[in-house]
Amino acid sequence: MVTLKPGVLDPQGEAVRHALGALGFTGVDGVRQGKLIELDLAHADRAAAEAAVRAMCEKLLANTVIETYTVEIG
Amino acid sequence: MRAAVLTFPGSNCDRDLAVAFAAHGFAVSRAWHKDTALPEGVDVVGIPGGYSFGDYLRCGAIAARAPVMAAVAAHAARGGHVIGICNGFQVLTEAGLLPGVLMRNAGLRFVCRRVALEVATAGSPFTALWQAGDAIVLPVAHHDGNYAADAATLERLEGEDRIAFRYRDNPNGAARDIAGILSANRRVLGMMPHPERAIEAAQGGTDGSALFRALAGAFAVA
Repeated sequence: MVTLKPGVLDPQGEAVRHALGALGFTGVDGVRQGKLIELDLAHADRAAAEAAVRAMCEKLLANTVIETYTVEIG
Repeated sequence: MRAAVLTFPGSNCDRDLAVAFAAHGFAVSRAWHKDTALPEGVDVVGIPGGYSFGDYLRCGAIAARAPVMAAVAAHAARGGHVIGICNGFQVLTEAGLLPGVLMRNAGLRFVCRRVALEVATAGSPFTALWQAGDAIVLPVAHHDGNYAADAATLERLEGEDRIAFRYRDNPNGAARDIAGILSANRRVLGMMPHPERAIEAAQGGTDGSALFRALAGAFAVA
């Protein structure tokens, strides 16, 4: 899961928040839009898989200037 | 005086950029994204606008990891000149050759029009024929031109006189009206506006020409 770091303005999230308000959904104080990336991995070992995915996030999947990520092994 | 223009799948300003270099006296060769080396003797690398790799993942993210970009990084590390325009600017930030990031336009709309710019520094091989404060007009055409960086980076860019161009009427929300920035050695320029689309009157303006003339001049005296 790749999401914008706190404090980074998310224009798309803001637009979604406005649209939700226009549809009558009240009480939505903020919307942050991120990306869910699903990987099908051959690794047998969970720890190795997680380490590999973290390296992928650092190198390509997330831009750590503005984004942060969490990894979940299913 | 040799220029190499990169082409990624989805680049669409590569030919325009090659024409602009050639019109200003450069011998131009083209490099494909899978190339692992730049053509022999290249002085300046041009990274063109477009939608490299369909803007998948993030604009410029996949192009920045293409084989040819390792050669571009080596060229830059040797003190070589690089100009990245529009998607090329996005590629340069994703490749870590320039700081910061280009985010979605604050208004969420694709902006395609001529914009008024201020030349923020004459201290670079790209802007040497202007004076700081000069007003010019260049076209922009982008969806993700909203320059962002942390406060320390913005301060550093400002303090080191590395902001090359600013918008006079910010079209995309960019921090500090930044339209283009320079590397620390001032030889790598990334900019959202398109100088290559403003080199002859038939294009509706010629303000971009001074950039290519300045660059040609930098090699003529070298």
